[in-house]
Amino acid sequence: MFLQTLITGLSIGGIYSLMAVGYSLVFSVLNFSNFAHGAVIMLGAYVGLALATRFSLGLGLVLAGSVAGAGIIAVINERLAYSSLRRRKAPSLYLMISAMGCSVFLENMVYATIGSRFYAFPEFFGRQVVNLWGSSLSLLDLSAFLFSILAIWALHLFIGRTKTGIAIRAGVSDMTMCSLMGVDLDRLISVVFLLAGGFAGIAGVFLGIKYLVYPTMGWVTNKAYIAAVIGGLGSLPGALAGGLILGVVETFVSTYVSSVMRDVFSFSLLIAFLVMRPDGLFGRSGEEKV
Amino acid sequence: MDYILSIVILGGINMVAVLGLSIFTGFTGLFSLGHAAFVAVGAYTSAILTYYYYVNYYLALAAGAVAAGAVSLIIGAPTLRAKLRSDYFAIAVLGFGEALRVLLENLEITNGARGLPGIDSFTTLPVVLTCLVGGVLVARNFLRSRWGAACIAIREDHVAAETAGVRLFRTRLLSLVVSAVYCGLSGGLLAHFLSFIQPQMFTLVQSTQLLAAVIAGGMGSLSGPLIASFVFIALPEALRVAQMWRLVAYGLLLVLIMVFRPQGLLGYSELSSLFRRGVVREGERRL
Repeated sequence: MFLQTLITGLSIGGIYSLMAVGYSLVFSVLNFSNFAHGAVIMLGAYVGLALATRFSLGLGLVLAGSVAGAGIIAVINERLAYSSLRRRKAPSLYLMISAMGCSVFLENMVYATIGSRFYAFPEFFGRQVVNLWGSSLSLLDLSAFLFSILAIWALHLFIGRTKTGIAIRAGVSDMTMCSLMGVDLDRLISVVFLLAGGFAGIAGVFLGIKYLVYPTMGWVTNKAYIAAVIGGLGSLPGALAGGLILGVVETFVSTYVSSVMRDVFSFSLLIAFLVMRPDGLFGRSGEEKV
Repeated sequence: MDYILSIVILGGINMVAVLGLSIFTGFTGLFSLGHAAFVAVGAYTSAILTYYYYVNYYLALAAGAVAAGAVSLIIGAPTLRAKLRSDYFAIAVLGFGEALRVLLENLEITNGARGLPGIDSFTTLPVVLTCLVGGVLVARNFLRSRWGAACIAIREDHVAAETAGVRLFRTRLLSLVVSAVYCGLSGGLLAHFLSFIQPQMFTLVQSTQLLAAVIAGGMGSLSGPLIASFVFIALPEALRVAQMWRLVAYGLLLVLIMVFRPQGLLGYSELSSLFRRGVVREGERRL
């Protein structure tokens, strides 16, 4: 029972991590929390759903298509709703409100055009079960977890090893200096949103397979936000660790305490972290400078 | 006619809440993404009082406002004492609001997610107008008092204000409590106008709508947010023919305001100052 709960928690945590990475990536560069991330995840799931049902593609192609689709949507979103605010150096709260507007807009756009029906993905994994140390795991949970870790590791390599990755890290530590060194900031930020959107696409497909696809499915990104705060906003290892921790803790609370209190517990955790350790477990120091 | 009357009443109720948030965000310079929670506390407190205990309507309204003020201390005291970055504070209040909503959805006395139906509809136009006019007068006097001056000083530069002897924590907390009381009153009015409340009415979207009205109307202005909030209520109602599309339009509007006129409708000035001077500066004339 204990091991079973732990592994279920880890697999949910893996999806939280995927969402938190996208959130954190945008936060680390632009210093605002992108509330439209949930809507991009939702759109990514719809793109994946269309590919899987209309063209009956396999899981690999569905994932690739959804990554590309969500990535492009995220870039367009940045161009239209954030870029002019960013160039004007508007306070981060204006960006947050603009993001909230995008989220309301996109969600209701889907309501108005596609409708509020719940859709299910075709069963990629069937009901296969893997036995591990005496507890049975669904193949879906296991592969979602492994794939999440793999994707985040790939991103880690990309940011650490490539030229673009170095530019992103430079942008995180000082935007102005970075642009003085000849980095095209607009392009850099587009790349960041492309990556964040790509991760949103993967998260959307796995969420859609595990649960269902519907217009407000992006609301679960609230959890990703909490995960990012626990790990430290703007830190990639933090997003991974925060997601896994939150997933495990939540599953334990709902198994051993009460499933109703799960969300109250998560939000209390968010406030406790913000008050007592606003930089999270791995975050950079985020004091408000004068 | 009834239809227009109900829009006016809803607009007025919303204005009371916006008035409170305007004191907190517009004049003290702190952002909140969870003020719908205080509206919810006011609505549920007053509704439960009149519904289960047959308390007098006006007493219930007052109790709702006081309860909202008290609840705001729970989240305000730790977060404001910790001097969180402004956007972290906004998120902390957001988390609080969501947690409170989950609680409301699962409590026995609030009837859970199904909501409370059949609350007596006591709220009429005169009541709303009295609350609104009273609210404006109180807010104006508050802002002209020593406390109000301290709030504005904190908005302009909190480090300088603290050096000059303004007590940061106490002033910010006072401002939060005052704004929560306004929201609580608005909630009580809302519950007894719609005669039905459910937790789903007090989500993040509602909080955003309140904050957007303050920002769209202009930070540091009382009349600007009031006008903006009325537009935000009237516009969705006017678009009700296109039921599906009104929230789409609302989201779009938020983005457009942020992109094209972030200083808000009136910026730092009041409506009356436009008439008084007779000359409108160039920046303010563009709408």
